[in-house]
Amino acid sequence: MMRLPKFTWRAPETVAEVAKILHEEGPEAKVVAGGTDLYPNMKWRVETPKTVVSLRKVEGLTGIDWRDDGSLRIGPGQTLRSLERDERIAAELPGLHTAMKSISTPLLRNMGTIGGNLCLDTRCNYYNQSYEWRRSIDFCMKCKGDTCWVAPSSPVCWAVNSSDGVPMMVALGATLRFTSADGEREVTADDLYAGEDGRAWMTRRPDEVMTDIVIPAQNGARTVYQKLRRRGTFDFPVLGVAARIVMNGAVQSVDLIIGAVGPVPVRAGKAEELLLGSTLSDETIEQAAALAQKSATPLDNTDFAFPWRRQMVPVFVKRALLEARGQV
Amino acid sequence: MNTASSTAGRKVTMTLSVNGEDHEVAFLPEKTLLEVLREDLGLTGTKHGCELGECGACTVLMDGEPRLSCLVLTLECGGIAIETIEGMTTADGPHPLQAAFAELNAAQCGYCSPGFLMTAKALLDSDPAPSRETMKDELAGNLCRCTGYEMIYQAIDRAAAEVRGEAGHGE
Amino acid sequence: MASDREFNLIGKSPLRVDGMAKCAGQTKFADDLSMPRMLFAKLHRSPVAHAKIVGIDTSKAEAMPGVVAVLTGKSMPIPFGILPVSQDEHVLAFDKVRFIGDPVAAVAAVDEGTAYEAMLAIEVTYEELPVVLNAEQALANEAPAIHDYGDDGNVHKRVSMQFGDVEQAFEDSDEIFTDITLFGSNTHLAMEQHASLGHVAADGRVTIHSSTQTPHYLHKAACKVLELPPSRVRIIATPNGGGFGGKSDPFNHEIVVAKLSQVTNRPVKISLTREEVFQCHRGRHTVLMKSRMGMTKDGKITGIHFQSLLDGGSYGSFGVATTYYTGALQTVTYEVPTYRFDGVRAFTNKAPSGPKRGHGTPQPRFAIEVQLDKAAEKLGIDPAELRLRMIQPPESVTANWLYVNSIGLAECIEKVVEGSGWKERFGKLPRGHGLGLACSSYISGAGLPIYWNAMPHSGVQLKVDRGGGVAVFCGETEIGQGSDTVLATCVAEVLGLELLDVRVCAGDTDLTPVDLGSYSSRVTLMMGNAAIQAAERAREIIGKHAAKRMGIPGNRVVFAGNRVFDAEDPERGMSFSEAVQIAEAEQGTIGTVGSYSPPPNPGRYRGSGVGPTATYSYTAAVVEIFADEETGMIEVDKVWIAHDIGRALNRNLVIGQVEGGVYMGLGEALMEDMAYREKRRGVLKHPSMLEYKSITTHEMPEVITTLVEHPDPRGPFGAKEVGQGPLLPMMPAVANALHDALGVRVDQVPIHPDLVMKALKAKDKRAGPKKFPDLLITDTQRVKTQAEGGDGTAPRSPKEKAVQS
Repeated sequence: MMRLPKFTWRAPETVAEVAKILHEEGPEAKVVAGGTDLYPNMKWRVETPKTVVSLRKVEGLTGIDWRDDGSLRIGPGQTLRSLERDERIAAELPGLHTAMKSISTPLLRNMGTIGGNLCLDTRCNYYNQSYEWRRSIDFCMKCKGDTCWVAPSSPVCWAVNSSDGVPMMVALGATLRFTSADGEREVTADDLYAGEDGRAWMTRRPDEVMTDIVIPAQNGARTVYQKLRRRGTFDFPVLGVAARIVMNGAVQSVDLIIGAVGPVPVRAGKAEELLLGSTLSDETIEQAAALAQKSATPLDNTDFAFPWRRQMVPVFVKRALLEARGQV
Repeated sequence: MNTASSTAGRKVTMTLSVNGEDHEVAFLPEKTLLEVLREDLGLTGTKHGCELGECGACTVLMDGEPRLSCLVLTLECGGIAIETIEGMTTADGPHPLQAAFAELNAAQCGYCSPGFLMTAKALLDSDPAPSRETMKDELAGNLCRCTGYEMIYQAIDRAAAEVRGEAGHGE
Repeated sequence: MASDREFNLIGKSPLRVDGMAKCAGQTKFADDLSMPRMLFAKLHRSPVAHAKIVGIDTSKAEAMPGVVAVLTGKSMPIPFGILPVSQDEHVLAFDKVRFIGDPVAAVAAVDEGTAYEAMLAIEVTYEELPVVLNAEQALANEAPAIHDYGDDGNVHKRVSMQFGDVEQAFEDSDEIFTDITLFGSNTHLAMEQHASLGHVAADGRVTIHSSTQTPHYLHKAACKVLELPPSRVRIIATPNGGGFGGKSDPFNHEIVVAKLSQVTNRPVKISLTREEVFQCHRGRHTVLMKSRMGMTKDGKITGIHFQSLLDGGSYGSFGVATTYYTGALQTVTYEVPTYRFDGVRAFTNKAPSGPKRGHGTPQPRFAIEVQLDKAAEKLGIDPAELRLRMIQPPESVTANWLYVNSIGLAECIEKVVEGSGWKERFGKLPRGHGLGLACSSYISGAGLPIYWNAMPHSGVQLKVDRGGGVAVFCGETEIGQGSDTVLATCVAEVLGLELLDVRVCAGDTDLTPVDLGSYSSRVTLMMGNAAIQAAERAREIIGKHAAKRMGIPGNRVVFAGNRVFDAEDPERGMSFSEAVQIAEAEQGTIGTVGSYSPPPNPGRYRGSGVGPTATYSYTAAVVEIFADEETGMIEVDKVWIAHDIGRALNRNLVIGQVEGGVYMGLGEALMEDMAYREKRRGVLKHPSMLEYKSITTHEMPEVITTLVEHPDPRGPFGAKEVGQGPLLPMMPAVANALHDALGVRVDQVPIHPDLVMKALKAKDKRAGPKKFPDLLITDTQRVKTQAEGGDGTAPRSPKEKAVQS
């Protein structure tokens, strides 16, 4: 059996206590909510925190609260299952509903939280391996080694952001709130996932704990999520296309975000420009899909042949846009 | 400040509620629920196939909801009602799901069966007449390498009918 | 054989004898066992694919608190292996390591966490050697030799045999089809990870509890390595949480726990991680194949020249047999009047390949069935019709001297053609949707044992209790297929009992007569026949005395419903237990035995031992798919499968095997991929349940199963095998359906979506291997066919003659 390494466990009850522990212990402390990402990483020994800080008892980290202005505040401790089952999310944010429902398996969605999904460690099949396996390749730069085996001449790590929630939150224009010993700060999802490196893909500091996810009022925006993976369950995305489109005869605003093709989600900016003001005709969609392909460069570190994954980018962008066009 | 904590290398003593009974157990902080169930409580009916959340063999019910015991810290199980396969059989006999799984050959090698049975029980508890599509969705976290799943669905159908008080057993 | 009489249990679906325990969490698998003072073991495995071991430093591990013993290879220098011709494994490597995962040292500690940390603390110094990571590379490079035995360089085994004049047959053909096909490796992925518990009793006798499919062969290997007489070593096979062939070799970890328990005088358990299970492997060999098939215009095969190149991985395992199996069974489905087979198995620095469900036959089956589909298209004959025209006749001898008894293939084809609406729908579905058909056959148990001997392949012992219960002892191993239930069913049927009256004691080398194990689909046929014999002998004894008591002739005694009674006056009789008591009073304790050996085979050339069986099962399947031409991804919508089972002993068990075979075959067709990173030192690409893709509830289609039942006189109550055959047609049926759906051929499995896209873009609408290397055959064994007046022997080659004189 694979077992967890030894650690000291803390179970604070307030955000302030969490912040204090993280401040005192530094990067050797890790927060855990559902455990579905951290514990496998610990069993592989890619994470060996001295202290594990449970967020389970911390007050104020849950809730699905619709506000009068139409915005939605989600507590990061909400399980993925609870979001998938929320009827108002399904009705008003179908893209988010689809993304949540597509994550791993029902058993893991019962355990995993949205906060955990948004902080999901980047993944790579040179990294998500046992200590013994990684020893065979002299480790990789994301943990203990010097080389990125995906692209050995690369100065940066190419581990993939494999969250379904991340591209969707970026598309939705979500804001995330963090607390640390220094106080609180707010950051948009767009700005949070701004790293260019699989080791530092997120601007969250290790001493910060996520307290709120706020999705602004969507005012009738269409939201979709299209996911590519081998099987209908278990698998992380090897490509995720999240789109938010406001239509009023023509496209008034569009966010087209491609996930699982690199360390951070990619905004298909050129495609967005093309789509803006269009009526989402077949031709425009085809052109936008072709443009979007240029922003994504998947590499050989997930399931499937990577040139094929790149080939699939326009296909899934097209599908996302067609789905959005069909939404009323 | 009331931060519960457990120091690395030192055993923790706590009470676990398993199958309706309280058990006082002492274990190291890093022990998962799977390990404590199997190794400290002798409840080896809960299986393991990967210990990484990738197969579903270790599924147990926690407050009625199926979860993977390989990724649950025992330390976090205080006050939670844990149900394992051993608790599915009561003085009244086996649960209808257990009987139907056995009778319809839904358990071949039987290794994934405890996990499937726990997930199926949670499903029936919330949906007394699950459609085939619902079953496929809800059982999508449990892998089986023997059956091809069909006999598992049939067994759930039969057990569901029995739980609903419709049609008895028989061919 | 009572083929027409009414059965009490046979053909029905009584509750399997292990069913309730498995659903109650009561079944004890190997890792569920524990003993007082038990230690836990971990293996230190090589991180390099090929190297000389220069030094091993275990001092840090030994100094760790909680560590009780550390072993290295010199303590067990005797090699072992499943086949007598390839005793090439050591429990712990001491001279060199041959793949990433080769065990080098073992630790026993007070708990598994401590053992793991100590295992990591062992320091091994290696002198790395160049690595060989695929069979073509191995064939082309004699050095560095991975082993110092084999046919030459890195060629473990090279075989070539010809039956009849194939070249002449090609000349006489209207068409010759040449296809190169690749079948990628996949593994068993049984849900249960291998585990073993070894302990030494105070009297020094050793017991190993293990998740093994072959306790008898483990017994032989363990005794050899531990240098103990078989009477001092006991193997108890625990119920296997899935086997599929993955637990049929004797493994390092099984013997190491016994040795550690000898060293520590404490019980020692090991439970492998999933990654280690991938390293144990013994799964499907990657096979590159070239098939040349001559045909007449009206769709008759004139001859086949089949070549296969197997990637064997780092050790022999069952590989010699696998090599022959890639050539053996092509002839038992369709008439192949002339046949040549060349095969090479190469050693590579990867986890050892071995036997997986279908053992060496799914690969050529894929090649042949896809080739037939192409031939049908070229000749303008419907693929189902083409196959129906060429079926091997019953009670016949094939070109390569295999005796085919009964054959229900035609009916299987008719059933799936009818069920799927083939005639109305094949070639006519909307683009993207397609139907594909394929057939197969499989042995009901290997005709020869793994080591040569003249003893029975299966033995059954029966103890009849005066209370009316019967205990049946047999070395068979329950791996999920239902062998315990088949054993109890055969006994209960003969003695007129219920299944719960029969207590099964299986897979224990101290207590049960030898059965060779759960491999080669042999158990139902061989154990079943042995069990019937033992039960009939008991019935004769009990019946004789009951008849005497009732005052009727012996032939009027009936055993049914837990009673023994007069056929002409069923009221006259007694309970089974009374009858037992009468018999016991008359002649003492009642116990009987039964045994079974398969019939001799007519082939007497080198290699003729692989392929024969008492009777072959046959399968036909139609698969309906949707292939997305934008992505190349394939969804299987429905499967119709018909299996010639002879007779179903327990209908639910048989259907479970069919559905399970379909499931596993579809996984092999679409996704299961034992992939390595050849450019990254030969690491396994994804040794995990998550990244080694297997079919989930979402991908599994509806399966319509038809059982074709014409009892075969050689089977117990007429039964044939079902554990492996139904997997075989799945891969070619999917590939053929893809052609119907999109007009492309992917001559390779798994059919990854990028291959479909490649084929769509290719000029020849095909993706797959294009080249086949020269196998460097210098000596071909020529055997005359029966039609040529042969006698099953091969004239000795000049080389052999030279050796003799």
